[in-house]
Amino acid sequence: MNDKKVIWKRKPLIKNRLLRIGLILIISTYLLSVFLTTEIDWQRILEGIPRGKNFIFAFFPPDFITRSDEILAGIFESLWMTIVATIVGILISIPVSLGAAKNIAPKFVYFLSRGVITLSRSFQEVILAIFFVKLMGFGPFAGMVTLSLSTIGFFAKLLSEDIEDINKSQAEAIKSTGSSWFQWVNYGVQPQVMPRFIGLSLYRLDINFRESAVIGIVGGGGIGSTLNTAFDRYEFETAAAVLIVIISIVMIVEYTSSHLRKLIK
Amino acid sequence: MPIIKQKDYKTWKKFDRKRDLQNWLFWFLGTLIFSFCFGLISSKTIWFYVFDSHNEALDLLGRMFPPETNYFFTLIKPIWDTLNIATIGTTIGTLIAIPLAFLSANNTTPSKKFLRPLALFCIVSSRSINSVIWALLLVAVVGPGVLAGIIAIGLRSIGFCGKLLYEAIEEIDDNQIEAIEATGANKAQIMTFGIVPQILPAFTSISIYRWDINIREATVVGLVGAGGIGIELDAQIGDLAWAKVSVILLAIVVAVVFSEWITAKIRKAII
Repeated sequence: MNDKKVIWKRKPLIKNRLLRIGLILIISTYLLSVFLTTEIDWQRILEGIPRGKNFIFAFFPPDFITRSDEILAGIFESLWMTIVATIVGILISIPVSLGAAKNIAPKFVYFLSRGVITLSRSFQEVILAIFFVKLMGFGPFAGMVTLSLSTIGFFAKLLSEDIEDINKSQAEAIKSTGSSWFQWVNYGVQPQVMPRFIGLSLYRLDINFRESAVIGIVGGGGIGSTLNTAFDRYEFETAAAVLIVIISIVMIVEYTSSHLRKLIK
Repeated sequence: MPIIKQKDYKTWKKFDRKRDLQNWLFWFLGTLIFSFCFGLISSKTIWFYVFDSHNEALDLLGRMFPPETNYFFTLIKPIWDTLNIATIGTTIGTLIAIPLAFLSANNTTPSKKFLRPLALFCIVSSRSINSVIWALLLVAVVGPGVLAGIIAIGLRSIGFCGKLLYEAIEEIDDNQIEAIEATGANKAQIMTFGIVPQILPAFTSISIYRWDINIREATVVGLVGAGGIGIELDAQIGDLAWAKVSVILLAIVVAVVFSEWITAKIRKAII
């Protein structure tokens, strides 16, 4: 009989020992350099804790009543903005996503559309909003333009990936009937990407509503403006009410949109 | 798919009459809603400014070019800060998201009646408050600076990672858990040997994805004072130094493209 005890050990996550140690070294040097280069003012934080406590207590109790007109107006403005921006954004995204699909577009159009997508994805909604507010003046129109343009980056990217994954033989069957290019897209491509299209639209509607809450801070209209005004007036009770309203609407939208997406599937 | 007979020839149509009517109604209602909403927006818009915006845009572009390239060297520290805000923030966010995800997954939660709704509420409220708003609150508490940005990004990431992670936990294979259970493992061992290996791939891809998003988010938390390149952007826009603003915008595009490239590389290496 063999006296040696056999012990099972879990395999390490990364097989190569050198790589494992190297990664740990890299991560720890990175953390150290972050720690050394970030100035953290502990004094300020210690001072800030009681201040923060007061600040948080200033939010209670949330005051829905005093500014209820402004809150309602802000929410409805956000809703209009979201709906219009999502529709406009999707309408622009459709040609862009066709152009950004490798299997449909010629090289030149492909790179152009990819460039548009990257550009739209690089800038956060807030940065775009700053510029559009400067160009078009305060109000929901600037916010709407911002949201529509940032919709392109998200929507066209994901939709074009889906277009690239379509079943080729179906598309070819349409082509073999002698269809024109538009007929081919309409009967060969569009039915295949439709489920994804609807899912993405609902998802983007949800995102746009959430983003509309921030672009108001830089002057883009909607519930964000209400929130910003409340902060500027030091009416934290109203700000708390606005935050609660945003959270609950997002919750409702999320539940309905995930329910709808399940229904469509 | 009906074939319609017209006098002497047959023709094919994609939809029958009923579907056609439904589609028409859908488009009609959609257009109605759209024009209604657009009307409300337009009533609050000063169209003079909108129609004048192309002049304004040309003027702005003229001021932005040529970019002041020397300014880039003062940007290195803010860019470094931005990367740190994203990276450390993502780490904190995912670390807090793990226990929350286990509490809110249907199959691992210890109490369905009390802890699960609580954890779900934390996840949803973190998701619905944008990082800029989190930063706005935190700057007041911990003061302006990188730390506020890190915490803001961290708090915002909790919801996103928590939600995706708990969905991954709910989809694990029960047979594997049962197999571990059959060896007489206790709860902690089931966790480490049964559940964790199954959700590890999802976990890594979620955190990398969130890091990619957070690079973008970290560029804006500075606008309200929470550190990173946003502080510079805010200051230069305030100074109307557009030639410097264009450098900052270029730096942001480069940083985002770089992060996208890295995430694609890592994802390929892992999966």
